[in-house]
Amino acid sequence: MQEQLTPEVISAHNLTTEEFDRIKSLLDREPTFVELGIFSVMWSEHCSYKSSRVHLKRLPTTGDRIVVPPGENAGVVDVGDDWCVAFKIESHNHPSFIEPFQGAATGVGGILRDVFTMGARPIAAMNSLRFGSLDHPQHGRRNRSLLAGVVGGIAHYGNAFGVATVGGEVAFDDAYSLNPLVNAFALGILKRNQIFFGKASGVGNPILYVGAKTGRDGIHGATMASAEFDEEALEKRPTVQVGDPFLEKLLLEACLEAMRSGAVAGIQDMGAAGLTSSSCEMASRAGTGVEIDLTLVPQREGGMTAYEMMLSESQERMVIVAHSGREREVIDIFRKWDLDAVVIGRVREGHNMRVLHHGETVADIPVAALTDEAPLYERPMAQPSPKSKVQSPKSEDQKNQGQRPETKGQDNNEALLKLLASPNLASKQFVYRQYDHMVRTNTAVLPGADAAVVRIKETRRALAVTLDGNGRYCAANPREGAKLIVAEAARNVVCVGARPLAITNCLNFASPERPEVMWSFSEVIDGMAEACRVFNTPVVSGNVSFYNETEGRGILPTPVIGMIGLIEDVRLVVQPGFRQPRDLIALLGTTADDLSISEYTAVIDGVSTSEMIANGAVPAIDLQLERAVQNACLAAAESGLLRSAHDCSDGGLAVALAECCFSSLNRPALGANISLTDVLPVTPTLFSETPSRIIISFADSARPEIENIAQRENCPLTLIGEVGGDNLQIKVGNEKTISANLAELENAWRNSLPKKLEAEVMAAGRE
Amino acid sequence: MKFGIIVFPGSNCDHDAYHVISKQVGQPVDFIWHRDTNLSSYDAVIIPGGFSYGDYLRAGALARFSPVMESVKKFAASGRFVLGICNGFQILCEAGLLPGALIRNRDLHFICEHIYVRVETSDTPYTNELQTGSVRRIPIAHAEGNYVCDDETLEALRRDDRIVFRYCDADGNVTAAANPNGSRENIAGICNDTRNVLGLMPHPERACEDLLGSSDGRDIFRSLAATLALAA
Repeated sequence: MQEQLTPEVISAHNLTTEEFDRIKSLLDREPTFVELGIFSVMWSEHCSYKSSRVHLKRLPTTGDRIVVPPGENAGVVDVGDDWCVAFKIESHNHPSFIEPFQGAATGVGGILRDVFTMGARPIAAMNSLRFGSLDHPQHGRRNRSLLAGVVGGIAHYGNAFGVATVGGEVAFDDAYSLNPLVNAFALGILKRNQIFFGKASGVGNPILYVGAKTGRDGIHGATMASAEFDEEALEKRPTVQVGDPFLEKLLLEACLEAMRSGAVAGIQDMGAAGLTSSSCEMASRAGTGVEIDLTLVPQREGGMTAYEMMLSESQERMVIVAHSGREREVIDIFRKWDLDAVVIGRVREGHNMRVLHHGETVADIPVAALTDEAPLYERPMAQPSPKSKVQSPKSEDQKNQGQRPETKGQDNNEALLKLLASPNLASKQFVYRQYDHMVRTNTAVLPGADAAVVRIKETRRALAVTLDGNGRYCAANPREGAKLIVAEAARNVVCVGARPLAITNCLNFASPERPEVMWSFSEVIDGMAEACRVFNTPVVSGNVSFYNETEGRGILPTPVIGMIGLIEDVRLVVQPGFRQPRDLIALLGTTADDLSISEYTAVIDGVSTSEMIANGAVPAIDLQLERAVQNACLAAAESGLLRSAHDCSDGGLAVALAECCFSSLNRPALGANISLTDVLPVTPTLFSETPSRIIISFADSARPEIENIAQRENCPLTLIGEVGGDNLQIKVGNEKTISANLAELENAWRNSLPKKLEAEVMAAGRE
Repeated sequence: MKFGIIVFPGSNCDHDAYHVISKQVGQPVDFIWHRDTNLSSYDAVIIPGGFSYGDYLRAGALARFSPVMESVKKFAASGRFVLGICNGFQILCEAGLLPGALIRNRDLHFICEHIYVRVETSDTPYTNELQTGSVRRIPIAHAEGNYVCDDETLEALRRDDRIVFRYCDADGNVTAAANPNGSRENIAGICNDTRNVLGLMPHPERACEDLLGSSDGRDIFRSLAATLALAA
């Protein structure tokens, strides 16, 4: 098939006239139709990072423990005793909007492949999910069914594959109403000397195609993910692939077995842009040429063209480069697992990717033209006005807000109850109960804590994992917002007793062609880079998702951080819940008036996100203070002095204290008597979302040591109360502000989401 | 004594069972690939949880045709021990080694959480170290764990003391509220009439270490090891 490359055909491939001219000059001729397809996917935003690369360079990516920095399928970090972890986060926003169940499922499948391609066995998965409001008058029903579909898809894939989905985040804001965010994270463990790379090394080595057969599904998925949506979005449903977790499980076992055999020289997963990107990325990393014959590719249906095969995004496929003469061993291992494994080409001298079909050369492209020579844009940036503010502890703003009129006779009990039942703060048990979060028997801290903890069976160590994002903060002030997110992720990891190690990031933004979006992207990178340097957590992998807009409306800038931390002795893990009556409760850090962008302002005052962003200010973050708070918490945890630790964030101190009281596995609910100073008015004292705060509890006997630690680390420490009773009582100054029955609070917190979602889940379950 | 753990394509709790037998019970154990048919060197086999053949068609419906299952039937008929956990229980029902069937959970979705079961009889090789009536905290993780059977089967199970575990609350009360999946009479596990084949939906291999939240499942494996030690 040789189609005419008319301007319409070129534009349908999402290529500009300039880009097409560049292709012609790189090839020194007109591309064939197949070549045009190959360029269109390799030069898509999704594959080439053409708008983001110039900025991503500013992120720190090196460190003592970093074994594989960004650029491979997943980053690899050393965790001691020759063990490493491979991890990455990736977005599947576009497919999940079009077809939530399969979109989310294949997102999980893709990230698992990225991890086991490195030679790692996946032991934990997480997800960061953002949806529009469940009660939205116009889109509420759609949002509820998107949530049910996405959660169902994640459960379907992860559970059958056999990876523990140990948590993540689920957040709601109308900015995501027609553009949900589905970011999937996976982590695997491997030995330091058994890391595999996506390299087509060794001229003459055979290239094997392994896994599922190629079909016509997902053609142009990468191109789709590089454009915004309009009302015809749902017509793109055929570009979403269907996942088969059973096949992926077989692929995992076969790949790991083949790797152990010593016959594998390089391996690469076929994700976005399938056969095209996997073969040319492998050649690019090795500096070799590759030649593949499409006639040999296992096909699910007859009559597929070369164009279709090169662009197919059929799932559960891999490319393996075997050591010459050992292809038979690889084939036999895959046959044992009932999978196809076929030699489809060879690593060649030179630097070209050559594709044959029925004896004809259908593409012959210098690999560098697809990778290094791909367009790189320094897109225009412009700061939107009005200028975003930052809360400063001593600013005029602060004073004015400090004098916010206290609602007379306001019922703080009622406010606390309402906050605990609000979708962003309510228990997500309803979601994670559908995920198998215990398979492989490593989960030492179940979902629902500040960070999940999975042990490494072969050692005494364990890993803490958390995902964090905050679109409101990043919309109001992208640079400070990014710092706040990294700080919170580090704090979450510290709260379970882990030392922050490294991060992966998923950068969800609207169209890069809009200068204000590009400006916020650049600001986020700078804020993130600064915070990562302070916490010594380099970025080892990640993903950029642009064009998150539907019908001309973009999402909030939403970078999501996946941070891992290391616990030297798994027995010293700390959890959020109070454990023992008469234990002392203290606050590390101090509270300021940070209510202008908060759950309280959204839920109780009913202020919309756009108003909060326009009029509010993000909390000031002092990264040195943050470090002091974290160091104090960590030192106390590592000395075994803490009975509990919990990050104080969304919903403020009152909500965090209530969460500390609620029951959890092997722990009944336990009340608390709290007494806070009245330096600030009652509302900010209870509900302000000032960062750099941790609630800890400990035995009276540990008090002197903990005070010493806090002093040594320059960390503010205030004793605020004692564990005990069946109620949560909070006094501010002499005023009794909260006196609530715990059972009532916990009931509201636990049952709010199930009530909202029952109908949708029943419907999804029936499918 | 030697344990074998059968691995079907899609089994995913095989490593967990292996870990428990080798580390917590401290006994020799092998993986047995589903195409292998020689079980002569084993005293007990475990059919682990997971999604054999992706649970396609019906949970356990395809695994029962695997070559190893003919050997498992003979193995059981010879009086040796077969323990099916979760998907393993589903496979044993599909293969006719245990009566009844496991259908979709009452609330339709997958449930993963710690629940309580009451030990209904200590008169099995798997529960002889447990007290009848005692309560154990063991996780479940399944979408098809709703046990159903006809009246005649139920009557036989009751009469012959073959209901081994029932879902209950923390105090051991067998109530509708404590039934996570809608199982008939809160049944969580049953044995065959010769008591050497046990199937249960909860995952005792996930409850063998305090670090994981419970070690209440360990005595099930220890009972079996003690039985085997006596027989040796």
